[in-house]
Amino acid sequence: MEKFTVLNGLVAPMDRANVDTDAIIPKQFLKSIKRSGFGPNLFDEWRYLDHGEPGMDNTHRPLNPDFVLNQSRYQGASILLARKNFGCGSSREHAPWALEDYGFRVIIAPSFADIFFNNCFKNGILPIKLDEKIVDGLFQDNAASDGYQLKVDLESQTITTPNGTSIRFDVDEFRKDCLLNGLDDIGLTLKHVDDIKAYETKRKQQAPWLFA
Amino acid sequence: MAGKTLYDKLWDTHVVRTEEGGTALLYIDRHLVHEVTSPQAFEGLRIAHRKPWRIDTVLATPDHNVPTTDRSMGIEDPIARIQVETLDANVEEFGITYFPMNDVRQGIVHVIGPEEGATLPGMTVVCGDSHTSTHGAFGALAHGIGTSEVEHVLATQCLVQKKMKNMQVVVSKVGAGVTAKDIVLAIIGEIGTAGGTGYAIEFAGEAISDLSIEGRMTVCNMAIEGGARAGMVAVDNKTIEYVKGRPFAPKGENWDMAVEDWKGLTSDPDAKFDHVVEIDGRQIQPQVTWGTSPEMVVGVDARVPDPENESDAVKKDGMERALQYMGLEANTPITEIAVDVVFIGSCTNSRIEDLRAAAVVAQKAVTEGRKVSDTVKQALVVPGSGLVKQQAEEEGLDKIFVAAGFEWREPGCSMCLAMNADRLQPDERCASTSNRNFEGRQGQGGRTHLVSPAMAAAAAIAGHFVDVRDLTA
Repeated sequence: MEKFTVLNGLVAPMDRANVDTDAIIPKQFLKSIKRSGFGPNLFDEWRYLDHGEPGMDNTHRPLNPDFVLNQSRYQGASILLARKNFGCGSSREHAPWALEDYGFRVIIAPSFADIFFNNCFKNGILPIKLDEKIVDGLFQDNAASDGYQLKVDLESQTITTPNGTSIRFDVDEFRKDCLLNGLDDIGLTLKHVDDIKAYETKRKQQAPWLFA
Repeated sequence: MAGKTLYDKLWDTHVVRTEEGGTALLYIDRHLVHEVTSPQAFEGLRIAHRKPWRIDTVLATPDHNVPTTDRSMGIEDPIARIQVETLDANVEEFGITYFPMNDVRQGIVHVIGPEEGATLPGMTVVCGDSHTSTHGAFGALAHGIGTSEVEHVLATQCLVQKKMKNMQVVVSKVGAGVTAKDIVLAIIGEIGTAGGTGYAIEFAGEAISDLSIEGRMTVCNMAIEGGARAGMVAVDNKTIEYVKGRPFAPKGENWDMAVEDWKGLTSDPDAKFDHVVEIDGRQIQPQVTWGTSPEMVVGVDARVPDPENESDAVKKDGMERALQYMGLEANTPITEIAVDVVFIGSCTNSRIEDLRAAAVVAQKAVTEGRKVSDTVKQALVVPGSGLVKQQAEEEGLDKIFVAAGFEWREPGCSMCLAMNADRLQPDERCASTSNRNFEGRQGQGGRTHLVSPAMAAAAAIAGHFVDVRDLTA
């Protein structure tokens, strides 16, 4: 997994609540057996005017000019500003894969769906929960200023706005450590092989039917 | 010391170790696998030269991509076929128990786990699928995981987890003709799609204890639609009776020991919940969603809500977008909404009791010389598994459906998420027994209204939504 330390990034707004994982990456793209290449189909049904299918050459498809990510001012954005309950719906990890492949490394929202939130950390994306009023303010500032950028520092858990205001955010210590160091979860867990085996020995006594 | 909730008990018996800060390693007893969220996990194992920790806990089946029409020629869509063939190859390579496409035991993972007795009370159950919450109906801790976690569980038998908070949703007795689907849609309407975020929900109250195990599965299935990864119901005699004698269920001495253990899988009377929601069951009518989120739901006797009456700006904007997408006018009576397609199926409502409930409505129509309305282009019935299909055919339900003008299909996820050929065309309106009415969920531009199986069958016959209680009274 790619490390995450500090990001200075252009901010793109996704101004609607309850953005679900079907919208983030429609199901036809879930037929892939790979982890990469989902970026061109991020928000496919909103982003293009035609119907997308896997294997299409996306560079020649008609773009929806009204879709926010198609506006020239947001090209190259790496921070997505969103509304509440972002990522609700299915557990598909293809959603963070698509966001990451597109270039997003930070998503800021008042709240996230649990499974999506968890999946982000496994893929080098930092999801940040902020108070709804603060998010509202960021939406307003972002709309008012072309090229609006934020600096996100994971180590110090701060977001710095263009006028120098610092916003502190919370992040779970374990997840922070994994992101900062790009650590592989499985490798970490396998350091505790003895604990897992000890648990199994004990559990087999209590609940033998689970091992029959 | 305060008593423990059911969730507290399930958590405590599965913690392998806890780190500073509360992150724990949680042991997993059952891992269900399907073709869509597993290929990258198996590939990860191969790249790292890792072996599955306990293959006896893994059960796999293809469900999302499989055709529901004649399967003798295999899967026509080449990309879908590769995905199913990849699962075929992975289970072969790693030696995993597998119900392939043409096995009678194949079906939707969340139908076959309980059907086989592979889901047991007191277990931790995971699957790379958000509707894994279904299995909580057995007093199990069950939730969806991402593909990285699928790989993690395969490699280590554990998940890295933080404990969730406890929520209890208590529903008092409901009226006649109100089903599990109506109960859970009403709950989501009450708490909202993010109401359960960060919580494990225990469903309780007379409405829940009155439900059959299959009904409880329907309720727990949609816990995720209320934001909660895990939903659960305490174990009672119905739970134990349901599990008894199933192929993977414990036998002999192990059975007796298991039953003793399972009887304790309830919340203690003095258990403390972080949040309690009480719902008056008498107020719950058969439910119909009108928008593009499961919380956008009303009783069949109501009208499509008017955004003008919403004071919250973000909500109002969401309602306006939803009405536009759905092609609906505010204040339209629900019973005046005509449907083009009817889908009876999905992990929410494709079990034998669901099919029976729909068949009662279909049979009544046939008896009265009526059929699926001419204005309805397609009415699909897709059983949840090969065994559900077989049982339904033994009971003659297939003949009733066909006589009434429904199509009787092979088992799979089908039009719930339209990964196979079963999908809506743009602007088509569907009465669906599935779980998500998101934009494009059942096909790009498709419009989904979530309802119970009986309500879906009734809409098929009438050509528009009707209160099924008026038909079957």
